[in-house]
Amino acid sequence: MRRGGIGFSGIMLAIGLLFLYVPIVLLILFSFNESRLVTVWGGWSLRWYEALFSDQQMLRAAWLSIRIAAITATIAVVLGTMAGVALVRFGNFRGRFLFTGMIATPLVMPEVIIGLSMLLMFVAMDQAIGWPAGRGMLTIIIAHATFCAAYVTVVVQSRLGALDRSLEEAATDLGARPLKVFFVITLPIIAPALIAGWLLAFTLSLDDLVVASFVTGPGATTLPMLVFSSVRLGVSPQVNALGSIIVALVSIGIILATALMHRRERLRQRDEHLARAG
Amino acid sequence: MAESSTHPNGIVRHRPARWPRRARMLVVSVPYLWLLVFFAVPFLIVLKISLSEPQFAQPPYAPLIEWGDDLALDIRLNLANYALLAEDRLYLVAYLNSIKIAFFSTLICLAIGYPMAYAIARANPAWRTGLLMLIILPFWTSFLIRVYAWIGILRDNGVINNLLISFGIIDQPLQMLQTDFAVYLGITYSYLPFMILPLFATLQRLDDSLLEAAADLGCPPWRTFLTVTLPLSVPGIVAGSLLVFIPAVGEFVIPALLGGPDTVMIGRVLWDEFFTNRDWPVASAVALVMALLLVLPIMLIQWLYSREQAREA
Repeated sequence: MRRGGIGFSGIMLAIGLLFLYVPIVLLILFSFNESRLVTVWGGWSLRWYEALFSDQQMLRAAWLSIRIAAITATIAVVLGTMAGVALVRFGNFRGRFLFTGMIATPLVMPEVIIGLSMLLMFVAMDQAIGWPAGRGMLTIIIAHATFCAAYVTVVVQSRLGALDRSLEEAATDLGARPLKVFFVITLPIIAPALIAGWLLAFTLSLDDLVVASFVTGPGATTLPMLVFSSVRLGVSPQVNALGSIIVALVSIGIILATALMHRRERLRQRDEHLARAG
Repeated sequence: MAESSTHPNGIVRHRPARWPRRARMLVVSVPYLWLLVFFAVPFLIVLKISLSEPQFAQPPYAPLIEWGDDLALDIRLNLANYALLAEDRLYLVAYLNSIKIAFFSTLICLAIGYPMAYAIARANPAWRTGLLMLIILPFWTSFLIRVYAWIGILRDNGVINNLLISFGIIDQPLQMLQTDFAVYLGITYSYLPFMILPLFATLQRLDDSLLEAAADLGCPPWRTFLTVTLPLSVPGIVAGSLLVFIPAVGEFVIPALLGGPDTVMIGRVLWDEFFTNRDWPVASAVALVMALLLVLPIMLIQWLYSREQAREA
């Protein structure tokens, strides 16, 4: 696009970014607030962080959520990579229409519908075949992995679709069999997409309140469920501290990932340059 | 070597051969079966339970198909749950209200998001990555906590009211939390990135030479925008609007935390029907009608779009 002065759209961009970030900045600011009244400034303090880290219930819920998110993300990457490969590489296989539908629907379907339908299915399966017996961590993982797999599929699909196939062709010419080509050439090339997909699934799972609330059972309270119930009872300054920690971790993660990608890109350009020169 | 291709420089390169049949079967069938069992079949179960009678038991619905006393198959279809949806005005009001709130939130997102996406697409490439990162970053932080942050801002003794009172603009705090206004604000805030990203993707692909041609022919910038840029960005507008509108219709967290008791949205009704009233059959009927309400417009848009493409071709 044409590049010009700042103009109306530039001003709107600045206002829009302020709109996106002012609440987050205020949240971080008030997490260091001495006062119990969340929005009245009472001086700097770390008391809410101390309260957060001595809250056993919160820590247990956080640990449960992290475990669920890690397992979910791993399953979702395996399923999503298989689905992405099938959609990009296998042409018009039988049942493709239904398959693409099942990939696209979880991306837009309201969470309340996904949660309710999954719960009813778990109950019906429990009645019919006795598995999964009861509900809890396992049912949350299955439910999360299902909708996260759809997101991973989209990420893998777009990476595979944009892939330059000349390296695969070269490997084939040198006598590698198709599966070997995939594992030795293709998979390492799309690895960044797999990592991005894993992180996306991890975040989606860690953040989910609605689906987990439907499919959970006694004893499995995830972090969003605990946060939601404490926020409903009133504003609690500990949640400010928790939110600030999440924002800090995510920002560090994204900055690191961007820096790494830049580095990889620079190294790749240098290698290409050397290869041409040599 | 199933396929081969001739490169521009005349070298014949071979596409990797097709995967062995068994490997292909495995790669397709694992995710296929998973999605079938855990995503498609559950909708059939929702349909089944929406047709059954509620009962005080665990689980709280009566079986639909039973072997009767005389070993005859006894199928009881119960449309009472759907009749309830049609009769009780609560549900109709909730559906209409959800669609209204989602529709206007989508328009607000479009009005704010379009110029933002336009500015990013026009920005210096060195800045573009950073700006995009700033748009995406909130999406990676907790949705629940970003909604929660607004409670502290909008409350009676929240940031805005404190500021307005300390400047002497108002004496009494304005009620902002627990209003429809707060829900619009929350939805716009949460879904704005989903509007900006597809818009940016289409605006970035826009061919510069079209705009230059329009300028060379003496077309004023606003007219170039209306006759060239805007029509060419329709796919982005449609994609972004769907990404905001559909989840917003079924939104639960935002109306539950920011809305008032009279902000009835269908996602919240479904939640209460399930968790508070423990009426699984009615909750299922609510879910099915909502899914149909959302699927039909998408299919209509896809049909219009494919007809448009067919006409162009």
